[in-house]
Amino acid sequence: MKSSVIIFPGSNCDRDMDVALKKFGFENQMVWHNDVEIPKSDLIVLPGGFSYGDYLRCGSIAGKSRIIKSVINFANSGGLVLGICNGFQILTETGLLPGILQQNKYLNFICKNVFVKIKNKENKYFKNIKKEVLELHIAHNEGNYFCSNDELKSIEDNGQIAVTYCDDKGNDDENNNPNGAIKNIAGIFNKNKNILGMMPHPERMIDPFLSGEDGSLFFENLIGSM
Amino acid sequence: MNEVNEQIAIDHGLKKDEYKKICDLLKRTPNITELGIFSAMWNEHCSYKSSRKHLKKLHTKGDQVIQGPGENAGVVDIEDDDAIVFKIESHNHPSFIEPYQGAATGVGGIMRDVFTMGARPIANLNSIHFGSPDHEKTRNLLRGVVKGIGGYGNCIGVPTIAGQTCFDESYNGNILVNAMTLGLVNKNKIFYSKAAGINKPVIYVGSKTGRDGIHGASMASAIFDDKIEEKKPTVQVGDPFTEKLLLEACLELMAGKSIISIQDMGAAGLTSSSIEMASKGDLGIEIDLTKVPCREENMTPYEIMLSESQERMLIVLEAGKEDEAKKIFDKWNLDFAVIGKTTNSKNIELFFKNEKVAEIPIDFLAENAPIYDRKWIKAELPKENNFSKDQFKSLKLSDCLNKMLTDPNIADKEWIWSQYDHTVMGDTIQKPGGNAGVVRVHGTNKAVAAAVDSSATYCHAHPLTGGKQVVCESWRNMISVGAKPIAITNCLNFGNPEKEKNMGEFVECVEGITEASKYLNYPVVSGNVSFYNETKDKGIKPTPSIGGIGLLSNYKEMMTMELKNEGNYLLVIGKTEGHLDQSVFARNILSEFNGPPPEINLFNEKQNGMSVLNLINKNLIETCHDVSLGGILTAISKMGIKSGRGVKLFPLEGLVNKFEYFFGEDQGRYIVEIKPENLENVENLLKKESIHFDKLGLVEGNKIILENDLKLSIDDIKEGYKNWIKEYMFN
Repeated sequence: MKSSVIIFPGSNCDRDMDVALKKFGFENQMVWHNDVEIPKSDLIVLPGGFSYGDYLRCGSIAGKSRIIKSVINFANSGGLVLGICNGFQILTETGLLPGILQQNKYLNFICKNVFVKIKNKENKYFKNIKKEVLELHIAHNEGNYFCSNDELKSIEDNGQIAVTYCDDKGNDDENNNPNGAIKNIAGIFNKNKNILGMMPHPERMIDPFLSGEDGSLFFENLIGSM
Repeated sequence: MNEVNEQIAIDHGLKKDEYKKICDLLKRTPNITELGIFSAMWNEHCSYKSSRKHLKKLHTKGDQVIQGPGENAGVVDIEDDDAIVFKIESHNHPSFIEPYQGAATGVGGIMRDVFTMGARPIANLNSIHFGSPDHEKTRNLLRGVVKGIGGYGNCIGVPTIAGQTCFDESYNGNILVNAMTLGLVNKNKIFYSKAAGINKPVIYVGSKTGRDGIHGASMASAIFDDKIEEKKPTVQVGDPFTEKLLLEACLELMAGKSIISIQDMGAAGLTSSSIEMASKGDLGIEIDLTKVPCREENMTPYEIMLSESQERMLIVLEAGKEDEAKKIFDKWNLDFAVIGKTTNSKNIELFFKNEKVAEIPIDFLAENAPIYDRKWIKAELPKENNFSKDQFKSLKLSDCLNKMLTDPNIADKEWIWSQYDHTVMGDTIQKPGGNAGVVRVHGTNKAVAAAVDSSATYCHAHPLTGGKQVVCESWRNMISVGAKPIAITNCLNFGNPEKEKNMGEFVECVEGITEASKYLNYPVVSGNVSFYNETKDKGIKPTPSIGGIGLLSNYKEMMTMELKNEGNYLLVIGKTEGHLDQSVFARNILSEFNGPPPEINLFNEKQNGMSVLNLINKNLIETCHDVSLGGILTAISKMGIKSGRGVKLFPLEGLVNKFEYFFGEDQGRYIVEIKPENLENVENLLKKESIHFDKLGLVEGNKIILENDLKLSIDDIKEGYKNWIKEYMFN
């Protein structure tokens, strides 16, 4: 399976993602933001970081970058596009995913382990993961997902909520909401479920000596289901 | 209007006799640009004029040392051609005036020092000191500094893996922000700042030059008065995004062979970087200031030379390699300008709009900079307190423990470090909150441990002992995670060196550091000095911060401080005499602030540490934690809180005062957890080496219990310990 990780100026999880993809069997290549064409890929990943400094609004400049048209075309033709953290923010800025990511409720950057509940397994990203609750890791300042009531109804009706913040038992209530996200949303799909944006970083959880290993389950399933 | 006279020199922070020396050396009156250059190079921050004599005594050699003090950062060998570049640096004065930007640019500056040498930064650390929690400014300063450190480090994508936060009223008017960075480099591809060869192009890269930070270095060499708010414009503004681009662009250029020397523009900007490169290479340098990329209009030569705009580098390239280098900086959208060349004149010559605007022999600025042998006084060892039985009569162990765990200097700091990205780069195997942070050397079985320590209370009570103690504590932190201690970097934060008492504190702390680092073979390879941490005549306690690093040859054998298994034994290695003077217990519970700090016995320190490391290497220890502030009971509680496990303590033998035993801060001690089946073996090994140890108790249940004396659930003590800082910040 071939994957491509896009590097924007200011991306800083590109190497981590490269390491993770290769560890689980992807043939990964790095693609520069100023390129036009993306080499043939089965998966495109927009990694975490601070693309273009995130100075205007997180992900907004990357959402207008030169490479992004190819990403949009690839996604619209059904290709798998995964956006993690800043990548999720970029996906909402391009309009590929609904809603926006606001500053965290308590206005602080948060770096810690969290639990997320898998809300929909009828897609390539979570299909064969046996667990219902994963322990992943977040590191962000703007992860507070928000959308209009209409949009919320529509993403709920279409099963577009991918993962929600919860406790180790799967309670995804307000007590287990680290950043104020509406309905505890940690990640969402587009309607066709080929695009996934999520704040937690599975690539930081791929080794028992790191914060945990549930990220491995994510990547193992991903390459297995492709 | 640019006429220079003695008063203008004094306004630049120069002394009368220093100004006279400048005129004598030049045999004329300097113009305003030249005066600015002298003032920047001759201030304390850049010239080390008060400290140099004493810094020479530091222990800086060792088999593992590739580069000691004097470069952008120190370099040590970690085997297999890998080397670690590391340094700690202060950004105290700006952080007090503008906490966010001050702290942020402190982090940016130290990272540049490290990647200037060709290393990719792999970990950040920090040591921050604030005034009393009750002081009106403390809360906002703490919030701003933490946001600044996070704002910069998080954006660059380098994990912040450890740190230290202290509160003491002596920092009410002068907080300390010390930032440390570790970078990884191939030991055959290290870059230095020494220029070589004449007619080589001098290149400016990075951000444009603005009017920010003019005279920052001079500010860092002055004491504060009522008008400090007016100094806000001298605080630089950080742009971590540009730094990230600069980092990647520099490393890309360094992969080739076109760089002769490279130096970041830190304190005193273009002035000190150009002069240092030329001075080290025994060359001259010629710069056309018209070619310097400027952000603002009509900047004068004086402003361009003294700006401390961030994220800039100066490079001497091989001639003819300009296009190749420019391509890389164009790719990263960074300014690139050929602004001058090296010469054989041994002068710095500046041109602006085709006119020569300054010419000074480099010698005058570097070698001929003033050096002072300042007067200092030796500190007496304070008299010991004789605590009477009555003082302990009404105390209960449980009350004391709860009070200790909510002492601002002991309470948990997760609220701080959870705002720092500590897991990016995917190699952090020990997070903040342990004995030391640990990151793997990417793609290998090795890992590097790092920690920062200071103990101003001890240094204040007796600087010589305090200096030794900080080095030992750093050494212990390395041992506690199972790492072999390698080397240290020091950030020496002191008051006004023109006062004999403060100068004495400096001299004796340095002596203490030297003695301990020599004995432990734990050399100092880099660092900086921050004097004049003084406001309206009140100086800080002497605060040397020591950043230590250690090597684990197999990261899978790393130790943590969480208790592992029910029924395991806990031993305390090292002798407990019950030294309460200068302890948190003495201050917080007994309200006693005098007395000597705990004694440092370097022989025992080394023996105990090496024995513990040996036990770890033999896989005989499950958990290790060094005993520091708050003594044994505080240490055990933290181990319990981290793991959710309790401890049943064995009854104390003999006539020991339990408060002295459990809260005394004797040095050179470690608490270790041992499986029952390994106990005999461990005891025999320790006895054979004549290492003192006590059997402390067993890992058991979820309470801390000492029969008839103490019974506290881990959950209860956890709450106070974890919540202190949140309650403090939000109430």
